[in-house]
Amino acid sequence: MSSKPTTLFDKVWDAHVVRDIQDGPDVFLIDRHFIHEVTSPVAFLGLKNRNVSVMFPERTFATADHNTPTINQHLPVQDPLSANQLKALEENTSKHGISHWGLGNPKNGIVHVVGPENGITLPGMTIVCGDSHTSTHGAFGCIAFGIGTSEVEMVLASQCIMQPKPKKMRINVSGEMHKGVTAKDVVLYIISKLTAAGATGYFVEYAGSVFESMSMEGRMTVCNMSIEMGARGGMIAPDETTFNYIKGREKAPTGQAWDDALAYWKTLKTDEGATFDIEYHYDGAEIEPMITYGTNPGMGMGITELIPSAEDIDAGKASFAKSLQYMGFHEKEPMIGKQIDYVFIGSCTNGRIEDFRAFASIVKGRKKADNVTAWVVPGSHVVEAQIREEGIYDILIEAGFELRQPGCSACLAMNDDKIPAGKYAVSTSNRNFEGRQGPGARTLLASPLVAAAAAVTGKVTDPRTLIA
Amino acid sequence: MAYDKFTVLKSTAVPLPIENVDTDQIIPARFLKATKREGFGDNLFRDWRYNGDDTPKADFVLNNSIYSGKILVGGKNFGSGSSREHAAWAIYDYGFRCVVSSFFADIFKNNSMNIGILPVQVSDAFLHKIFSAIEANPNAELEVNLPEQTITILATGESESFDINGYKKHNLVNGFDDIDYLQAMREEIVAFAQKSRY
Repeated sequence: MSSKPTTLFDKVWDAHVVRDIQDGPDVFLIDRHFIHEVTSPVAFLGLKNRNVSVMFPERTFATADHNTPTINQHLPVQDPLSANQLKALEENTSKHGISHWGLGNPKNGIVHVVGPENGITLPGMTIVCGDSHTSTHGAFGCIAFGIGTSEVEMVLASQCIMQPKPKKMRINVSGEMHKGVTAKDVVLYIISKLTAAGATGYFVEYAGSVFESMSMEGRMTVCNMSIEMGARGGMIAPDETTFNYIKGREKAPTGQAWDDALAYWKTLKTDEGATFDIEYHYDGAEIEPMITYGTNPGMGMGITELIPSAEDIDAGKASFAKSLQYMGFHEKEPMIGKQIDYVFIGSCTNGRIEDFRAFASIVKGRKKADNVTAWVVPGSHVVEAQIREEGIYDILIEAGFELRQPGCSACLAMNDDKIPAGKYAVSTSNRNFEGRQGPGARTLLASPLVAAAAAVTGKVTDPRTLIA
Repeated sequence: MAYDKFTVLKSTAVPLPIENVDTDQIIPARFLKATKREGFGDNLFRDWRYNGDDTPKADFVLNNSIYSGKILVGGKNFGSGSSREHAAWAIYDYGFRCVVSSFFADIFKNNSMNIGILPVQVSDAFLHKIFSAIEANPNAELEVNLPEQTITILATGESESFDINGYKKHNLVNGFDDIDYLQAMREEIVAFAQKSRY
């Protein structure tokens, strides 16, 4: 065995290369394949047209999330097109013998929440899904990334995709974070430094004390948004925090298999002296609560700063102006104090129990502002149950909030949860693109703490002023 | 899904000089509800192309009849965001066969090649020259030569070469797709997968 220092990424990647095509991509084995109702139907249609079966149905898991309502889930889905997609997923998975946690199933929820929650996601795996936020699973030391529908078909047919090996980037954040600063702020800070395209062509490893001291929920938030700077994915070396999270989950190994797995998982880290194509270093103490002011996730700033001017930005001036015009903002003005209309907490970025704990920590003893419509959407039924068990539900109700049912909801506005045109939403989701949360909607991406502060004050507010 | 072979494409082009065109703009999520790959071109750039009442927005390039062609020329970082292949389907269904930009998002680039759209990455300077040529004459033609890996502004003769890996080039020129290739190595994959840890 070679003693050459190797990165975590190379260890996992190289173990999955079935064939290295000369002057072409690698034929890359996929350990776990998640599918959902929106990007899978045409893939199944392709299999049918080719008369090909699913190669390893037990390695694919289905859940419905993108297109599902977040109220009255016990009733038939009203929109006929959405109902048709859900039915197609049910039929396709049943026909091919694939596990399916559809609407109403107690295990249903957002794909990137339920995968880890049930121990399907394990260190060292390769994981894909027809959804760009598949990068979330990198929090467990996985190579996980989003794919298109042709590739979904490929994985169903062959358990492989054709993938050129990306370059390697390491992002180190050391030091300690201040109170009121969360994993979401860390990743929004990184993206604001690197821009929305700054990591395109790379796979990222996040390293340093800030990530080492982060919970699995926080690590998932960080890895989730890797795609927002263009990266194929992002990963964090598994450690005791990871192992403790996995242990006892339904599909996690047990007994001797657990011991064997653990021994392997402990080898999954970047060796001393291994090299990356590019590295960045940041100081966690420099990061303050973040908020976005523009129409891509790279357009973020510390909440107490001023919106930059086009001169400060290394990007097209016309695109920058178009972005601010869409948002109804101006250069060099503060974000603090801006009136908002909607608050959305949820999504695969911030729809886990820790996020609702953070939200409740500010909401407790306060009231929702009258000018704010708030959508509080758990990432899964399991998260929903935790919200109730921990008393967070009572805090929300007391403060004038309602709790909705699990799903992607207003993150991408495929279902009825759309922000109306022109309205401002402080959202814990991952994209502030034009119309992402509904045609004409204006999104301010932020952490659950910033969302809570906005929800109770009705405007953009520094959450640190509300933390005891 | 079978697609047209791509060799040499000579066409006028539609300019979209905006940076960071994300796939939510190319096709908004509310149009992703189909279970078949049909009709996505109708909703290409839906919210830039139409008003809320479905009337066309006069100032959007697809509504300006002086611009047409099989080549779409976009600003830097084209196709970022969501992995929805529907974005590539919409571009193909509308009639484009080639997208030119100075930088592409990874997933969009893969999706495009998988369905027979050629993404051509050029330098910032050459992209600027293309936009200038189209601005000077909306009928200016570009020639994209995949076997030679060149793109040429025919009016001026200015040309640049572009990268593509040999495997993908071979697929596009012959109309092959990855699943054909993977099916041919089925036994090798099964043997590998059965030995794998997970």
